[in-house]
Amino acid sequence: MRRSSKVHRNGATRLAATAGVVAALVAVAAGCGGSKKPSGTTTSSTSNVSGTVTFDGVWTSSTGQKQFQAVIDSFSKLYPKVHVNYKPVGNNLPTVLATAVAGGHPPDMADIAQPGTIQQFVNQGKLKPITYASSVMDQNFAPVWKQLGTFNGKLYALVFKAANKSVVWYNVPAFKQAGVQPPKTFTQLLSDAKTIKASGTPAYSIGGAEGWTLTDMFENIYLRTFGAAKYEALGQHKIKWTDPSVTTALTTMGKILGDTSNIAGGTSGALQYSFNQSVTNAFTTPPKAAMVFEADFVGSVILASTKAKSGTGFNTFVWPQITPGPDASAVEIGGDLMVAFRDTPAIEAFMKYLATPQAAEIWAKQGGFGTGNKNVPASVYPDPVTKAAEAPLLTAKSVVFDMSDGQPPAFGGTAGQGEWGLFQKFLQSPSNVTGIQQQLESAATAAYKK
Amino acid sequence: MSAGGITAEPPLAAAPPPTAEPGRFGRYLMVAVFLGPALVMLGVWMVYPAVYTVVRSLFGQTGFLGTWVGIDHYRTLFTGSYFVTAIKNNAIWVAVVPAFVTAIGLVFAVLTERVRWSVAFKTAVFLPMAISAFATGVTWRILYDQDPNQGAINALGRVVSDAVTSPGVLSTATPSTTSLQPHGGGLLLKTPLHPGGVALLGLTGIAPQDMPSGAKQAVKPAPKPGDVDGVVWRDFKPGGGKPGVVEQGEQGIPGVTVELHDSSGKVVQSAKTDASGTFDFTDVPAGTYNAGVGAGTFAKPFGGYSWLGTRLITPSLLIAYIWIWAGFAMVVIAAGLSSMPRDVLEAARTDGAGEWQVFRRVTVPLLAPVLSVVFITMIINVLKVFDIVFALAPESSQSSANVLALAMWYTAFQGGGNFGVGSAIAVFLFLLVIPVLALNVRRFKREV
Repeated sequence: MRRSSKVHRNGATRLAATAGVVAALVAVAAGCGGSKKPSGTTTSSTSNVSGTVTFDGVWTSSTGQKQFQAVIDSFSKLYPKVHVNYKPVGNNLPTVLATAVAGGHPPDMADIAQPGTIQQFVNQGKLKPITYASSVMDQNFAPVWKQLGTFNGKLYALVFKAANKSVVWYNVPAFKQAGVQPPKTFTQLLSDAKTIKASGTPAYSIGGAEGWTLTDMFENIYLRTFGAAKYEALGQHKIKWTDPSVTTALTTMGKILGDTSNIAGGTSGALQYSFNQSVTNAFTTPPKAAMVFEADFVGSVILASTKAKSGTGFNTFVWPQITPGPDASAVEIGGDLMVAFRDTPAIEAFMKYLATPQAAEIWAKQGGFGTGNKNVPASVYPDPVTKAAEAPLLTAKSVVFDMSDGQPPAFGGTAGQGEWGLFQKFLQSPSNVTGIQQQLESAATAAYKK
Repeated sequence: MSAGGITAEPPLAAAPPPTAEPGRFGRYLMVAVFLGPALVMLGVWMVYPAVYTVVRSLFGQTGFLGTWVGIDHYRTLFTGSYFVTAIKNNAIWVAVVPAFVTAIGLVFAVLTERVRWSVAFKTAVFLPMAISAFATGVTWRILYDQDPNQGAINALGRVVSDAVTSPGVLSTATPSTTSLQPHGGGLLLKTPLHPGGVALLGLTGIAPQDMPSGAKQAVKPAPKPGDVDGVVWRDFKPGGGKPGVVEQGEQGIPGVTVELHDSSGKVVQSAKTDASGTFDFTDVPAGTYNAGVGAGTFAKPFGGYSWLGTRLITPSLLIAYIWIWAGFAMVVIAAGLSSMPRDVLEAARTDGAGEWQVFRRVTVPLLAPVLSVVFITMIINVLKVFDIVFALAPESSQSSANVLALAMWYTAFQGGGNFGVGSAIAVFLFLLVIPVLALNVRRFKREV
């Protein structure tokens, strides 16, 4: 017994000792984790700036990580001592960032697609202004782009990647068969849609399963009816959703949504079509519809999932004019804004580089990328249809950001709730304009209350 | 080390006898080393977050803690329509799923008890358990697709429906002018006709690839005395053309049955259109007539039920969920069945009880413990259902299909990051599950 207890004690001690050694080894291994220093030729560097930049990005391996890495690589050639570590996070980036910020360990930089999220971070004082990039931006962007990155009076964000959302994609053979030309005004659009329906194809393809396609349509209608200033005011809830201007815009939108037999799948079908499905519906043979109201990223979906060819199978036209005037061809964009949570020389160098035309061109050449950088030549876009879709960005005087991205995410960015869910309800009953307005207003009030 | 031979080990009395203290210390150390990590992990990953969640639910919406709001979030939980739907749906799930799963499992287990192919059958029914609920959701979403060309269930519905009423030749067609009006499911030309008149029935909304084969350029026939003739044609050319006028490039529609109605509405003649869309009613007595196309031509094909629409989404989810878990119930109950004493059943049968009576009065009461295991497990599973609802319901139906776990995820981790209400939902869910869990634990204790 006593011997066994002696062995027991020895065994216990030995066990404790092993555990201690293992723990120590683990701690050392964890502490040693660090980035590999890239071995590369040192070109005559333009700068001795050194440091690391951690970057949380929304682009994953199938949605742009490779292209952005190419931008980082070309930046590293100019600043070989700066290491940018890109971490692909995906569409949950706002949530991941919010958690990281709440925990006190945000990344150095991030690209955020929702100005509403940026506004929240600015209000919490978590972002650092990027006024050092101001002069580079003045050289390369029209003033309106700097305005988009300004929050509470200071410059906090750079609009690096922009998507033109005021563009409509149409099926060229279907339009030819119906004998219609791309419409320039909204009235022409409605009459064209009637003709297309008479030719045997529904006119509209709507991806109602995803609420943001419907909010994009509403925003374009509101922008073109009432102009950029009122649009911004509604986006900041300075105008209520029960305002008569919203009534007008919703009634106009009801002219499209209420035309059930002219929508692919009818209303119930449209409510179940995802965005991708709504694109393929318009460009399969035979097409289920003749046009899709959505942004420039529709092009890559068409090429990936259908056999339609650029120019002969699909093409674009600018969102039709509603009220003539200076904002008749205003551009609504979605996009990615670069922000910084800290301020170091390395971060400043990278941010300033991203505002240069070289950085934009690297990605623009590969397609799926639009920019407001006016020093990027339009010839850099890989095909004529992309060029036509992106060119307005370079020349637009009036640019506004996607309204639902600029609002508190609980209202403007949650599946099935807030704006997204209510517009889906509107698609179900487009005649119930006042009812939807009241629900939108109460949802907005609740979201802005915080 | 021994010098050789038998080593005289130091007499145990010589070495200081290990006292009780180090032994107990050694034992505690063993306990600490083996249980410690698990206890630490439990404390860090379960106890602390649980306590923090309860505390968090009493504070503000965003941020690490926010401002004190008391039971405000619980009030939102029980009054907001989004959450009330979730609670209602969870109640439906709890009422329907455990009962159905247990019943179906019981039926399958009893029916296949002594059949030769019972193993193969049980394997087939149990297979869905091997698939993740998310994958099941994705699969059933495709099955439920409204388009009969995509969704298998609606495709089956179309087969049945087409056997009853076959779709018409021109199901998408609409009149091109207002003189052609809907009438009893078909179309009727309102302009009155007399013998020697020509009827023009122009239709639009027909895609060129949907035109019947053999269609030729439409021809407006010349009036014939004593006859009523006319043309049915696709009144559309690129740009629209002039509605109601037969133009070059517009095709006639062959094979359409046209009916001649007299002034009382009775059909007196019918004729079929030829390749250029013309038809001819011969030897028409004097009087006023109307020409029209019957309802059969416009019968719409089966459009498919909207299984994923807001009305039917919860039943659709319940079906898919029961499909997964019926196998589990069947296997557990079959195990319980096989360990049941047979002599009681034999005694009941010799006493003259029918099979149904044996089942109801003997088998089921004897199986009661097993059935309650299945039932309670299903209640706990159903209270926290999330992945199948998230995967199966399209975004437009998610708020109608809402359940508590889904509502919690959307509220806390999507969009607004409203951790206050999210924590309140988590606490509420916890409180719902506790009684069921306590029942389970008590049963285990009793069995032991």
